[in-house]
Amino acid sequence: MIKIRICGFGGQGILLAGEILGAAAMIEGKYSSEIGSYGAEARGTTTLSDVIISDKKIGFPVIDECDILIAMSQQAFNANIKFVKEDGIIIVDEDLVKTPENLKQKVFKIRATKIAEEKFVRVVANMIILGYLAEKTKIVSIDSLKKAIKSRITRMIEANLAAIDEGAKLASEKEI
Amino acid sequence: MGEKYFIQGNIACAEAAVIAGCRFFAAYPITPASEIGERLSELLPAVGGKFIQMEDEIASINAVIGASWAGAKAMTATSGPGFSLMQEGIGYAFMTETPCVIVVVQRVGPATGQASKGAQGNFYQSRWGTHGDYSAIVLAPNSVQEMFDLTIKAFNYAEEYRTPVILLADELTAHIFEPLEVPEKIEIKERKVAVDYSEPFFDSKDPLKAPPMPRLGIGLNVLVTGSTHNEWGYRATSDPMIHRKLVTRLYYKIEGNAKKICEYELDINDGSKIGIISYGCSSRSAYGAIEILSEHGLKISHLRLKTLWPFPDWAVKELSSKVDTIIVPELSLGQLVREVERASYDKTKIISLTKVGGGELIRPQEIVEIVRRL
Repeated sequence: MIKIRICGFGGQGILLAGEILGAAAMIEGKYSSEIGSYGAEARGTTTLSDVIISDKKIGFPVIDECDILIAMSQQAFNANIKFVKEDGIIIVDEDLVKTPENLKQKVFKIRATKIAEEKFVRVVANMIILGYLAEKTKIVSIDSLKKAIKSRITRMIEANLAAIDEGAKLASEKEI
Repeated sequence: MGEKYFIQGNIACAEAAVIAGCRFFAAYPITPASEIGERLSELLPAVGGKFIQMEDEIASINAVIGASWAGAKAMTATSGPGFSLMQEGIGYAFMTETPCVIVVVQRVGPATGQASKGAQGNFYQSRWGTHGDYSAIVLAPNSVQEMFDLTIKAFNYAEEYRTPVILLADELTAHIFEPLEVPEKIEIKERKVAVDYSEPFFDSKDPLKAPPMPRLGIGLNVLVTGSTHNEWGYRATSDPMIHRKLVTRLYYKIEGNAKKICEYELDINDGSKIGIISYGCSSRSAYGAIEILSEHGLKISHLRLKTLWPFPDWAVKELSSKVDTIIVPELSLGQLVREVERASYDKTKIISLTKVGGGELIRPQEIVEIVRRL
């Protein structure tokens, strides 16, 4: 069972990223769940999306600690770093989040928002991160993420799909 | 295997309603039920149905009752504050035998409480929310799949027994995204419609069956009143016999079918001395606890209620006959536990795990702690 918390601020597509990830896992025949939480405001407050992916049926779907934390804002990172397991993985948008030096977890930094702005459009930064996550951790395949996008998104499908590829490319480049 | 979707519980409910034949929805938006109406505002017009956002919940339930008498399968969706406002109309619907579905997504109360936070404080309200003697069917989903399946069931029961049916969900099951598999074959029950005067509209020779329901506007003379009425709907408010007959029938057409209506998951582990009885979001806490305990070699039996009312006494008795202790976790100060205490054998020790969550669910660890202290 893998527990993933995606966090940032409203407007970054945090909830959508969680839904796409959960749907991709389902497409692969796994059990998955997603619970989102957000402020009453349309934009700007901290948003969380908790995803569980499992080979077994999911009993209690609420996350108290996570294996993977994805943070797209400093405020959200600061509030959620304490929930990451010591052997966990952290992925941050490095232009938006400064991480402390002494973290026990593996930290991956990626300029998702900047690259999204330069190559596509700002709002697909979430998909760059998902592509990066999938390539790095193999928790779902790139193909499943794309299928999930096609089944759920009606606008800017091409940009979202390209952003997934871009994220995957960044992840494999950093391996080298 | 049917199509699979990764969707939210409230959306699953809306989709199921349309598949069940719902063609009228009237509601006032309220967290955590709003997505149901939002989705139906798209789905219903596309199938020739009507979506109306009403001025409040009192108007909503009355619009639903009117639509049902006009022949439509009708639904509303609300949360605690709206459910309280609807009680007068719901009583009228029980008394006039109006099929309709009322979705209640429980949130923290009393009053407006905490808007987007889940709770289980409406267990008794769902059964005795309105005054007088009657019986109610209340279904309690605990997953996205059941938000779908039990919405279909709610419509089927409403039509079969000519009665309001309450789908008592909670914030977790309403807002969580999970896989939904739409069954390839779905059984849909249709209303028995009165087309002439051969059978009374408000009495039935078979007390286990609902009378046929006329549809207003097709030419049959019918009086629909919330006051005591005879088999043709005429007011008869000073005749004890007529009142007795009416209310007894209303009660018995549900209670007499309890064994048919009640659904539950009863997982009895041989050799287990401890049982849990739960429903809705707290059943997910129970699953979590049972998982942790089984990793430590401790077997737990579990009764998970899908139908809350009529209350399945016999299922509680069965579990009670097999275990020494029953733990009842619920996100309230103790409602379900009273029914468990009433229905179980005296020898079984009942432990009430209550929680004023304030937005937090019962953690599996809280149940595990109780088991450890036994």
